[in-house]
Amino acid sequence: MSERSGSEAIQAAFMAAKASDRAALISFFTAGFPTLGVLPDLVKAAEDGGADIIEIGIPFSDPLADGPVLQQAASEALAQGTRVQAILDLLGQLPTGIPRVFLTYVNPVLRRGYIPFAAEARDAGMAGAIVPDLPWTESSELARAFQHQGLALIPLVAPTSTDKHMRALKSADGFVYAVSVTGVTGARQGIDGGVEAMVARIRQAVDLPVAIGFGISTPEQARRLGHVADGVIVGSALTQALMAKRANPAQAVYDFLHPMRLALDSR
Amino acid sequence: MATMKRVPDRSGRFGPFGGRYVPETLIPAVDELETAYRRWRVDAGFKAELKEYLANYVGRPTPLRRADRMSEALGFEVYLKREDLNHTGAHKINNTIGQVLLAKRMQKRRIIAETGAGQHGVATATAASLFGLDAEIFMGEEDVRRQALNVYRMKILGARVIPVKSGTRTLKDATNEAIRDWVTNVRTTFYVIGSVVGPHPYPMMVRDFQAVIGQEARRQVVKASGSLPTHIVACVGGGSNGMGIFYPFRNDPVKLVGIEAAGEGLESGHHAASIAVGEVGVLHGAMSYLLQDEDGQIQPAHSISAGLDYPGVGPEHAYLHKSGRADYYAVTDDEALAAFHQLARWEGIIPALESAHAVAWVIREQASLKQQGARVLINISGRGDKDVDTVFALEQGDQGQ
Ligand SMILES: Cc1ncc(COP(=O)(O)O)c(C=O)c1O
Repeated sequence: MSERSGSEAIQAAFMAAKASDRAALISFFTAGFPTLGVLPDLVKAAEDGGADIIEIGIPFSDPLADGPVLQQAASEALAQGTRVQAILDLLGQLPTGIPRVFLTYVNPVLRRGYIPFAAEARDAGMAGAIVPDLPWTESSELARAFQHQGLALIPLVAPTSTDKHMRALKSADGFVYAVSVTGVTGARQGIDGGVEAMVARIRQAVDLPVAIGFGISTPEQARRLGHVADGVIVGSALTQALMAKRANPAQAVYDFLHPMRLALDSR
Repeated sequence: MATMKRVPDRSGRFGPFGGRYVPETLIPAVDELETAYRRWRVDAGFKAELKEYLANYVGRPTPLRRADRMSEALGFEVYLKREDLNHTGAHKINNTIGQVLLAKRMQKRRIIAETGAGQHGVATATAASLFGLDAEIFMGEEDVRRQALNVYRMKILGARVIPVKSGTRTLKDATNEAIRDWVTNVRTTFYVIGSVVGPHPYPMMVRDFQAVIGQEARRQVVKASGSLPTHIVACVGGGSNGMGIFYPFRNDPVKLVGIEAAGEGLESGHHAASIAVGEVGVLHGAMSYLLQDEDGQIQPAHSISAGLDYPGVGPEHAYLHKSGRADYYAVTDDEALAAFHQLARWEGIIPALESAHAVAWVIREQASLKQQGARVLINISGRGDKDVDTVFALEQGDQGQ
């Protein structure tokens, strides 16, 4: 079979960035915000703006790992009637491009069933998913369903994570999502000083790319963290930019990501 | 009767239910909590201190007595366990004293809690004041408005009340926000959960702290009536007063009956009957039954009693339901309201609207219970003083129409 699995596509994206001596740019936005209809344009704008991987949020009513900005995006998306099936259908119609992964909570996944969801995600052209309320101790069943479809269930590591968790990363796929702070998502002024040590611990444990997320809001922060890790993830700050420019969301995505990418290129 | 399997297992599972569905950041914190709890719950000094506070501060044991006029009227024996006579007016304080004592042992100086109506918030603020710790209570903005007096009570006790503006602005959102705070301040903060919900070890720990209700009741009812009851009835929101009274009877030949809030009726969609509806999902760190739509979005709950107004239920109740060890039924707002008045007239006891749900089921099932020759024990989880305003306003409103 010549078709690349989702996990392979993710690794290839990191490798391509590394080949040009820079960190990968990973962008996040919520499906259904500001409307579901603009999602294809946002995906295209993210690619044009220089993203290497796109995270797409499936909105959930009770996003307990998210700060106020992403809570608001999710609740607006739901208030407009954004449905999981509609997200899957829309993504399934998009041309293939850079790898796309879902970010959602365990209940919407459980509701469809782990095995059906994995198949549906693959059919929608997804490469994997991040589920922040499914810690490694609870994730083996979904990880199996994902592996079966060649998808990556991307693990999160926090500043508080134990060595036992680090050792468990050996069986992980895709990349490791390093959470830069103890806290919820949201743009921050400064980034925790301990992040370098955390990335070093992850690298000792596993040979996967490491991307840093939670709180990155400026090109300068991205540039600096691009020296520490293999990728940087921007979500809340990008969503804030979308909120400030609802009339032209695709332009907002491009305008936000392009300087980030230039900062990563310049090192 | 077969002895029940010990639950939860090592991973916090009650059969398929329970577990730990929380962000990675919190996993070490729930591990730390579990280790500390397992250590201190068998520590003689800890146990003695808890017992002393329960006796001389909370006012335990609470009385249990035959409800004479009610028994007369219904034609079978009814006994009432009087958790309404606890300090602060409900069973909630059994748990908050236990958890705050544990927080002290773990050297956490900052306490956070969620609250809906404010009962658990008041009980947490009380315990924090008693032990000189800082308390911050998360409460949905909608509930802050509806329960202004309890907000003021918490403030008098020295707690800070933080209004939560996200989602439906009620208990489930206050719980989300408390978890977000805990993720952020995990190294210094102890999260006091108010019911048998949340990630392991909370459902087990809260059950254990509330089990004092059933331990006392078992001795008392045998002493008062010479035998075990045939039925034990408790209202179920998250389910802590229910687990508290059920647990010590789990291996006895006694029917355990949990009563959920049917609100305006199960068909109306405005209710809080998670078990009756029976859809499995994950909320606030545990797998259990939930009110949710086809996409797994959590649906708002409704009940006349704020304490039952929660879209989930503790995982051990889900387990007792699934295994058939306990039976669950639902009672409407109107039935609960009628029982609220009826118990006041029969026994001179104004029950909390939550507890009135348990009373209402016994009244509704009186023919069948009488035929079985039942001896029923009802857990009166709290007193109705807090609800007098609500009932007054409702009935004035009805007359105005
Ligand atoms: C008097 C009373 N009973 C019952 C409840 C419901 O909680 P649980 O189901 O955990 O006992 C509450 C909650 O606030 C309450 O105040």
